[in-house]
Amino acid sequence: MKERVVLDLSELPLHGFGPASVTWWGTIAFMLIEGTGFALAIAVYLYLMSLAPVWPFNAKPPGLLPGTIITAALLLSVIPNIMLSRWAEQQDLRKVRIGMIVMSVAGLVPMIIRAFEFQALNINWDDNAYGSIVWTLLGLHTTHILTDLIDTLVLAALMFSRHADNPRRFGDVQDNAMYWNFVVATWLPIYGCIYWLARI
Amino acid sequence: MTETIARAQILDTALERPRLTSQLAQTWKTESGLWGALATVDHKIIGRRYITTAFVFLALGGVLAILMRLQLASPEARVIGPDRYNQIFTMHGANMMFLFAVPVMEAMGVYLVPLMLGTRNIAFPRLNAFSYWIFLAGGLVLWISFALDMGPDVGWFAYVPLSGPQYAPGKRADIWAQMITFTEVAALAVAVEIVVTVFKQRAPGMSLDRIPLFVWAMLVTSFVVIMAMPAIMIASTSLILDRLIGTHFYNPAEGGDVLLWQHLFWFFGHPEVYIIFLPAVGMVSTMVATFSRRPVFGYLALVMALIATGILAFGLWVHHMFTTGLPRLGESFFTASSMAIAVPAGIQIFCWIATLWDGRPVFKTPLLFVIGFIVTFVMGGLTGVMVASVPFDTQVHDTYFVVAHFHYVLIGGAVFPLLGAVYYWFPKFTGRMMSERLGRWAFWLIFIGFHCTFFPMHVLGLEGMPRRIYTYQPDLPWHGLNLFVSASAAVLAAGFIVFFIDVFVSARSGNPAGDNPWDAPTLEWATSSPPPAYNFAHIPVVGSANPLWEQQGSLDVANGLHTDRREIVITTLTTAEPQARESSPQNSIWPLFAAIATSIMLVWSIFSPWAVVWGSIPVAITLVGWFWPKGTPEDEA
Repeated sequence: MKERVVLDLSELPLHGFGPASVTWWGTIAFMLIEGTGFALAIAVYLYLMSLAPVWPFNAKPPGLLPGTIITAALLLSVIPNIMLSRWAEQQDLRKVRIGMIVMSVAGLVPMIIRAFEFQALNINWDDNAYGSIVWTLLGLHTTHILTDLIDTLVLAALMFSRHADNPRRFGDVQDNAMYWNFVVATWLPIYGCIYWLARI
Repeated sequence: MTETIARAQILDTALERPRLTSQLAQTWKTESGLWGALATVDHKIIGRRYITTAFVFLALGGVLAILMRLQLASPEARVIGPDRYNQIFTMHGANMMFLFAVPVMEAMGVYLVPLMLGTRNIAFPRLNAFSYWIFLAGGLVLWISFALDMGPDVGWFAYVPLSGPQYAPGKRADIWAQMITFTEVAALAVAVEIVVTVFKQRAPGMSLDRIPLFVWAMLVTSFVVIMAMPAIMIASTSLILDRLIGTHFYNPAEGGDVLLWQHLFWFFGHPEVYIIFLPAVGMVSTMVATFSRRPVFGYLALVMALIATGILAFGLWVHHMFTTGLPRLGESFFTASSMAIAVPAGIQIFCWIATLWDGRPVFKTPLLFVIGFIVTFVMGGLTGVMVASVPFDTQVHDTYFVVAHFHYVLIGGAVFPLLGAVYYWFPKFTGRMMSERLGRWAFWLIFIGFHCTFFPMHVLGLEGMPRRIYTYQPDLPWHGLNLFVSASAAVLAAGFIVFFIDVFVSARSGNPAGDNPWDAPTLEWATSSPPPAYNFAHIPVVGSANPLWEQQGSLDVANGLHTDRREIVITTLTTAEPQARESSPQNSIWPLFAAIATSIMLVWSIFSPWAVVWGSIPVAITLVGWFWPKGTPEDEA
């Protein structure tokens, strides 16, 4: 087939940022998958709650302290996270490196508190269906934090390597920051579910 | 680590053919040999592999069907015992749904969507390779278990309490549940790739109203996958948890509920039908237009029907649960929505008939399958409207009437279009035509064999024959029809054998196809058959929905891309204005390693919860290997 050149693309950038990058859209798509998963897990919680004669089922409501501390820690972590995202947008490598370390710590802290949170649930996963769903909700979100934490650690290491000073890496940092915001956002309905629905 | 970071330097504007094509071929090539085959991320190679594997599973599932028909051909037969029969019907259903129907449709998308959009590879090509390996591993897990007499025996929907810890000892139900995890991970990965490819990698100028209908269908399907599959993953995971570590999701004695399983399963299971059906209607719209020699009638209506079906698919699941004693009002709502989905289906059928009516139809084999589809699917749709009514459904629930209904919609609605699509796109896949003569034989044997096999099942169902029984007594009035059904199944199988023979013979010695043997209008026909590794030497620029019909013999293209790194064009979401030149990842062995690590973790976790802890460490290591930059031009901006 004869080809007729009608468009010259040689002036286009070699990498797209934000919505101009496939990684950004891929991250959004995975957030949609995980968000659906969380919504369904909450639906299971509500379904079991609607069937139970009393709720929480044969258990005391979970202790508020560790869960609330985590909520505060996660909400606070959004501030450095957004700053990190801006620094990545400005491609300021020095600040991004600092930001990555801060966010690694910000991911580590909730993981430590989480150990206490499981103990404060006042029920085991194999006690009854209420225990099963509460542990599942908390377990799902722990996996969520853990995967993003590992992602953040690897990316932090990458930002100290010779591959760091590169628009593509700064885009990765921004996508990772976006994902962390999602990890925080999904926690809020789960927190409300586990701690406050068990109190009304 | 002394390697340096390489950057792309050569623009295609600096090269004339054949330098241009040889340079592109070098950049995009798959190495020969085993390592190259294992490391490739070429969507065409992976797509072809995916399609072939899915058809192998179709053949295996077909053998199971024939075994069941042998057993049911006469009363009190002794071909298969009850325990093996339970495994066989479970395997047949699970295999056909999870290892054939969904994967084959997604695989057609993996192969065709990037070509139809005028791009050089699918988005996230390494994820694509990973998806194939995980799918293959899931299939192997299921079939090896079956060979070891460990095949699941709880029905393809594995209802609790039958599949729970109390009634299903051993590991059979766990094999089913974990096979689900494998196939859903694979399906979700492809769904993400297709969504992002369609959103961001369309050829410049391919605005939303110029996207080929098959691509629209794959896009809607991918969203349905994304929204539906998490439900089955939550269901199968919670089932494994109940069985392995003593949770009580489905144990009524401890506040759990067995109907919760059915809600979760069918919240996925009903959309699943449309995950299979929507790509098929996309294929039909494509083939109808090509063989009617005119653009499809009602493009906008067809797109709207696809989207409406995708949305309504989530409002139907309770119609699988009409006999579970749910509140009357809820049932009425789901009756209404089940009937409502016939509206977009009807719109599409009228659009295809209008296209054929107004066109000059050329009755090649693909169009025969399309017409077979329309006839069969309308019949299956009508029984669908019948079972949407609660009183009627209560009568025929769990009988052969339902078996007949869903084979009409699944084989009629999806397999017929798929076979037509294989005839249609085979020249692009292989560079060779399939045989028209064998194609006609295959069509008529399959069409007649199908109707003679499945139509009598409506009658058997109305006569009260339940599903899943391994035999029946001689004094029941089902013998004659069952014998007829079994004999007809042999005709159906013969049709498939002719089809497979045609595939094998044509792949070796079919007539050379040329670029565009059907004179079709979409971009996959603008490149050679089979396409080169880089798909297009220059990215096409699109000015209409049927670019190859609008500009006969010439193609508008863009230049200014690098030839020494794998480069694609990123365009805007709605109008497809060029935004960036983006790299596309090189071949990598890491997706295979990641798939192996994931498979070990998943199979191990059937036996011990600690597998999730220890097994995820190798997974994490392989993922780091996968994503860590290698200093190639693709990794740098």
